[in-house]
Amino acid sequence: MSDIAVIPARHPGKAEAERRVARRYRAERRFRFYGIAAIGFAALFLVILFADILSRGIPGFFHHRVGIQVTLDPATLDIGDKRDPDALRAADYRAVIREALQALFPDVTGRAERRQLAGFVATNAGAEIARRVIAEPYIIGSKINVNLPVSAEADLYYKGKIKAGPGQQLSAETGVLLDRLRANAFVSQDFAWNFLENGASREPEQAGILAALVGSALTMLVTLLLCLPTGVAAAIYLEEFAPKNRLTDIIEVNINNLAAVPSIIFGLLGLAVFLAMFGMPRSSSLVGGLVLALLVLPTIIIASRAALKAVPPSIREAALGIGASRQQAIFHHVLPLAMPGILTGTIIGMAHALGETAPLLLIGMVAFIVDVPGGVTDAATVLPVQIYQWSTFPEAAFQAKTAAGIIVLLVFLFLMNGAAILLRKRFERRW
Amino acid sequence: MEMPMTTAALEALETPPTKIVARDVNVYYGEKHAIRNLSIDVPARSVTAFIGPSGCGKSTFLRCINRMNDTIPSARVTGKIAIDGEDIHDPSLDVVQLRARVGMVFQKPNPFPKSIYENVAYGPRIHGLAPSRTDLDAIVEASLKKASLWEEVKDRLHDAGTGLSGGQQQRLCIARAIAVSPEVILMDEPCSALDPIATARIEDLIDELRENFTIVIVTHSMQQAARVSQRTAFFHLGILVEEGPTEMMFNNPTDKRTLDYITGRFG
Repeated sequence: MSDIAVIPARHPGKAEAERRVARRYRAERRFRFYGIAAIGFAALFLVILFADILSRGIPGFFHHRVGIQVTLDPATLDIGDKRDPDALRAADYRAVIREALQALFPDVTGRAERRQLAGFVATNAGAEIARRVIAEPYIIGSKINVNLPVSAEADLYYKGKIKAGPGQQLSAETGVLLDRLRANAFVSQDFAWNFLENGASREPEQAGILAALVGSALTMLVTLLLCLPTGVAAAIYLEEFAPKNRLTDIIEVNINNLAAVPSIIFGLLGLAVFLAMFGMPRSSSLVGGLVLALLVLPTIIIASRAALKAVPPSIREAALGIGASRQQAIFHHVLPLAMPGILTGTIIGMAHALGETAPLLLIGMVAFIVDVPGGVTDAATVLPVQIYQWSTFPEAAFQAKTAAGIIVLLVFLFLMNGAAILLRKRFERRW
Repeated sequence: MEMPMTTAALEALETPPTKIVARDVNVYYGEKHAIRNLSIDVPARSVTAFIGPSGCGKSTFLRCINRMNDTIPSARVTGKIAIDGEDIHDPSLDVVQLRARVGMVFQKPNPFPKSIYENVAYGPRIHGLAPSRTDLDAIVEASLKKASLWEEVKDRLHDAGTGLSGGQQQRLCIARAIAVSPEVILMDEPCSALDPIATARIEDLIDELRENFTIVIVTHSMQQAARVSQRTAFFHLGILVEEGPTEMMFNNPTDKRTLDYITGRFG
């Protein structure tokens, strides 16, 4: 007991003690400042990133339309007396539009200028009139007001993305014509449903994201269905049942290594195994999903094992103590408690898979997909590949599509993560 | 310590039938020899206390009785342990069935993160003891009453079990253990995480449970051993030093080490 007195501690004087305390508080304040600075820095870059993507991408969701009056003259339409849908579909609506535009610009007479004038309306504008005529054939012969999409170039000009004049993308004359069009007809900006309803197209005003969106959804579905059950089952076996010996050590090291393998290697594997050996359909979301499942599996196994390990052993003992079998203890008690952690790992893995491009390029998901895939074996592409493709197209209009595609990808990601977080909240019932 | 001859003490002297027999039990954790040649008889429908300093092997032996040591990969048990003459290591005996017969209450209250009702109902449900919902309700009620917790929780059976106080949680764990009507209840320092009032309630409960169950309790508190048990076994360094009626152990131990321990000279 008396030993305590001989501990050789030298008590500092009051002044020194105060200095020491002040120094400690200063160090803490400094540390807090570093933390806040780091968070502020990260937040700043996030804001810059989002501001940039949104400012570039949001115009991609909109398209200018021009309101003009067209005369549905059967002679101009070149349909004679036929009124059946096939004939109406094949009718020459371009001619009708051309006439309407010429009526707006009576002074434009040159052949080249007139052609240019007709080019201000998008190539798919005729199809819009056709739809209306097929629905209501009695309007043939009358004058109707239509609101038609302008061409990609005109749209960019009206959005202020390109300019007219010497050294610009558009000639000065074109600029004058476009300005006059805006002055003579009603030009408005409208939401571009095309973008959300169409597949790929060479024409920027017709190119849409839907095929890639559906392709991504199908691919993610295949990936999730494959790797969540397999990953969790593997994690449970390795963590709870497998004997701890050299073999399981080797397996563990290999799983950890697999998580670090560059994704393109998985693409090569998919090419060699799924396509070449098993002959699965090329560029299908099934093969894409399989390849991404291989990529995500190690992440899910590692996260699930960590989550299982984090469940307090007292819960396991409690269950075993009243005579639950090992499997009952795990499935009734341990797994529900590990579920939030497992879902976090799954979110990270799936988000990774959603943004993956390289392995999918190797299995042929670069294809130009016009039709929305109807099943997992149909040829498909995914959002990041579509974005990558658009970014390589030279037309300026595709630059906006690229950014708009990124926004769609981000929204998809947020929805996917949101769903997983909701699920996790359900498991995380507080007791 | 003044100890009048209580009815409990008198009963202990009558030597009830033996419930658990252990002969030459050795336990190894890897290289460590945790229990050496332990032999003991535990009488039925009484409380047997295991006392001894930390690391003496009393909890280890307790965990042998329901084969909880099986869950530790490095643990190895030799020797014979029998309950009602039935060898618990017999390959024909299923460990899951054994643990239904030998319940366990742990040092730290460990209710499942589920409702109070679900905590108690889980055991009967997995062992198929309640064919209908009404039967299950009856088992839950009887178990909670037996664990003297019913009055406190009857209006909130579907609240979280982990929301109870420490003492209530431990009684919930006892209710959970007795819900599968075991023959033996093992308690591993059940009061070490509780305050004196909660401890007193658990001790009263143990005394009541003695009527129906064989109880083996590991405790660090010698007063507790003296209060609740009929027989006491003193462990030291993996050896069962001495075992006998509690009163004899506390008033007149034969081994010097026991005397030193109970008088607080080491431990």
